[in-house]
Amino acid sequence: MTEIITLAHPANVPGATAEKGLLRMLTCGSVDDGKSTLIGRLLYDSRSVYEDQVQSIAKSTVNRAGAGLLDLSLLTDGLRAEREQGITIDVAYRYFSTAKRKFILADTPGHEQFTRNMATGASTADLAIILIDARHGVLPQSRRHAQICALLGIRQVTVAINKMDLAGYSESRYEEIRSEFATILDGLGFHNPYFLPVSALAGDNVVTKGTKMPWFDGPALLEYLETVEVESSAAEFRMPVQLVVRPDLHFRGYAGQIASGTVRKGDAVEVWPGGKHTTIARIVTYDGDLAEATAPQSVTLVLEHELDVARGSLIAAAGRAPIAARRFRADIVWMQERPLDGTHMWVIKHGTRLVRARLIRLVDRLDIATLTRGSASATNLGLNDIGLAEFEAVSPLHFDPYSTNRSMGAIVLIDPETNATAGAGMIRSAVESTFRPVTAAEREGRFGHNAAVVRLNGRHSLASRLERRIFDRGGVATVRDHASVDLLEALDAAGLIVILVEEAGPAWASDDGTACEQILKELFVDHGLESGEAI
Amino acid sequence: MNLPHLRLLEAESIHILREVAAEFQRPVMLYSIGKDSSVMLRLAQKAFFPGRIPFPLLHVDTGYKFHEMIEFRDKLTAELGLNLIVHRNEPAIAQGAHPSILGTQRCCQLLKTQSLLDALREGGFDAAFGGARRDEEKSRAKERIYSFRDTHGQWEPRAQRPELWNLYNSRIHPGESIRVFPLSNWTETDIWHYIHVESIPIVPLYYAKERDAVVDLRGGIRLAEAAPGEPAVRVKCRMRSLGCSPCTGAIRSEADTLPKIIDELLTFRRSERENRVIDHDTEGSMEIKKREGYF
Ligand SMILES: Nc1nc2c(ncn2[C@@H]2O[C@H](COP(=O)(O)OP(=O)(O)O)[C@@H](O)[C@H]2O)c(=O)[nH]1
Repeated sequence: MTEIITLAHPANVPGATAEKGLLRMLTCGSVDDGKSTLIGRLLYDSRSVYEDQVQSIAKSTVNRAGAGLLDLSLLTDGLRAEREQGITIDVAYRYFSTAKRKFILADTPGHEQFTRNMATGASTADLAIILIDARHGVLPQSRRHAQICALLGIRQVTVAINKMDLAGYSESRYEEIRSEFATILDGLGFHNPYFLPVSALAGDNVVTKGTKMPWFDGPALLEYLETVEVESSAAEFRMPVQLVVRPDLHFRGYAGQIASGTVRKGDAVEVWPGGKHTTIARIVTYDGDLAEATAPQSVTLVLEHELDVARGSLIAAAGRAPIAARRFRADIVWMQERPLDGTHMWVIKHGTRLVRARLIRLVDRLDIATLTRGSASATNLGLNDIGLAEFEAVSPLHFDPYSTNRSMGAIVLIDPETNATAGAGMIRSAVESTFRPVTAAEREGRFGHNAAVVRLNGRHSLASRLERRIFDRGGVATVRDHASVDLLEALDAAGLIVILVEEAGPAWASDDGTACEQILKELFVDHGLESGEAI
Repeated sequence: MNLPHLRLLEAESIHILREVAAEFQRPVMLYSIGKDSSVMLRLAQKAFFPGRIPFPLLHVDTGYKFHEMIEFRDKLTAELGLNLIVHRNEPAIAQGAHPSILGTQRCCQLLKTQSLLDALREGGFDAAFGGARRDEEKSRAKERIYSFRDTHGQWEPRAQRPELWNLYNSRIHPGESIRVFPLSNWTETDIWHYIHVESIPIVPLYYAKERDAVVDLRGGIRLAEAAPGEPAVRVKCRMRSLGCSPCTGAIRSEADTLPKIIDELLTFRRSERENRVIDHDTEGSMEIKKREGYF
């Protein structure tokens, strides 16, 4: 009974194992879909549990697997209180590894609080395993799981259709569920979801393929997880500064974990806020200087110039500035009882910065039951609610949209009264904060001149020639014989030049060409000219 | 995905060490002299290089630590110029606290938990790093990286904060504190591989050697004075985890080099804490200790 199934011993020579890849995953399923059993099976069959742990579950008074069978779900059952209630209520992390990969698996419960817990588990996962009970097929809960995975930026989904033993190992039942759920996943933008039929209890298609489903020709779950390629994002270089390392007067470095991209010695970078330009002088580590470093390495950067850099500064690739905005829109998952509303300030943690911010408005709320967005009347988000919200921070955030850069688009909201982690946010975009009135300076920037009135003493040939020259320099003029005060005010407000042919003004040179140059010089060069001042 | 897993774990741990150093007033590192502490210490050296580690180390000495451990501790901290605080519950030690008299629970409570809480309070520390890993024990699987303690240093499972991405919420009220576990995502195998590839010094007790030992009533071997009825033997053995001499068993082993230790580990069938008496008292006993403030 306690004998561990002996698999071929993984070729674990010390040197080789130091070169393993790492895959972070999340499992989601409704209560009783067999999640704990599946994970127990992965741990047990990959020899990641010890004999004494197996003995202790064999001795356990609880066994829901059936007579003579080990209840593998007990291997992952966590806290004592939960054990007594027979439920799991939080996010637990499991570890197992094979010769090829180390796996970190976030195990989240499938019932109430599931939104909060799933979001937590999903935030660090590259891949999600969604469980579906073959007897029940696609449930509303399955759609919700997929929706939250999509929201949290997981691109890779594996769907394990479990308890195939109770569905007669039927291919048609499997196909029925697969095609229904594939349509849902497609709508959520998942690229190549991997579907497979399994029996977590019997072990079919979990670690080994088994013989019960010869009609299925894909790899078993573990083999798939060992080989699946996880998309790595090609985002720009960014590193939020964690602290300044200054052991003596000769060394000043900025320590941080690279959030995205790659940095090389000699690279041009900008430091935000401010956007001051400099280059990377050194990439320092305990193990020696590096020529280049890439996310998510933790390094210490030395910059060429003395700049004002502190914790909270962002070092970013030059010419590839992040978005800077005080007002922004973010998808929010709310995680505490006290609701998200506009009555007080929240503290936002973004990268290594803490910034206070206020909710400006809720754009919409996601109805988790129907998975539709709507309800413009929504004024707050409660525990486990999901919605799109606009915030205004007291100083600008420097971010990239979450959809293109997870670490630069993620925020955590903290309740300043209780210090609780109140919510999680995925920034979508900046929102234009207020409408700035168009200024005379901006008009001048566009046209190259200020508003002006030019009086020509009846010289019509000069008028059209002048208009042409102004136009060719990017300016805008209109030629009139004379004009009312109203019209002049309107054109002045618009920043335009009015050429009044019939009106008396200064004496210009008699030759049209020379006169043109004279006037242009006044209009375009002499910025001392007050707007609307007649020449 | 391109970096090997040990480098990813290293980068994550360094990030955590730096966050805490930047955001807390008075951090301290719990240093137990064991292999996990040794790895944590190396990660701290890396995190602040070329600067010094900006917080002290704290060793809670029960008085029952193996002399090899104390010698190792003193030599290493002197070599690296570290600021080490040693704290002992002297009144309890003077009264002869011993597991055979008090029982393991009570003994641990006095010499470890109480002593630790006293040391943290006396030092005014608001953040304490510990080397615990989530894979060590079932109740640790849900432990956060930042684990919040109330003003009495106690842990309330339902009051723990969700942790998303690498954005840790470090805000606490006066008197509250956190325990931080930078090695949360490491497994025992990862620790040994890292010690190997980084050539991190560890206490010699981890290496197999002919040693004088006693066979206890359960058939296990201990490196301690024999109690009545326990035969003394000379046996090639080593420690898999280091604790107090009365409560920590040794294992028979031929593994006298790191590659051999790793090989042995991969064929092991028993979890590392299995040779600790304390975890077996009652099912879920570790969790009870945690609620009281034990690490
Ligand atoms: N027949 C059968 N039963 C299963 C299978 N997987 C899980 N179970 C049983 O379904 C019940 C719920 O499983 P559990 O792993 O605790 O589900 P969880 O709530 O999703 O973690 C238990 O009685 C399991 O033994 C399976 O593949 N086939």
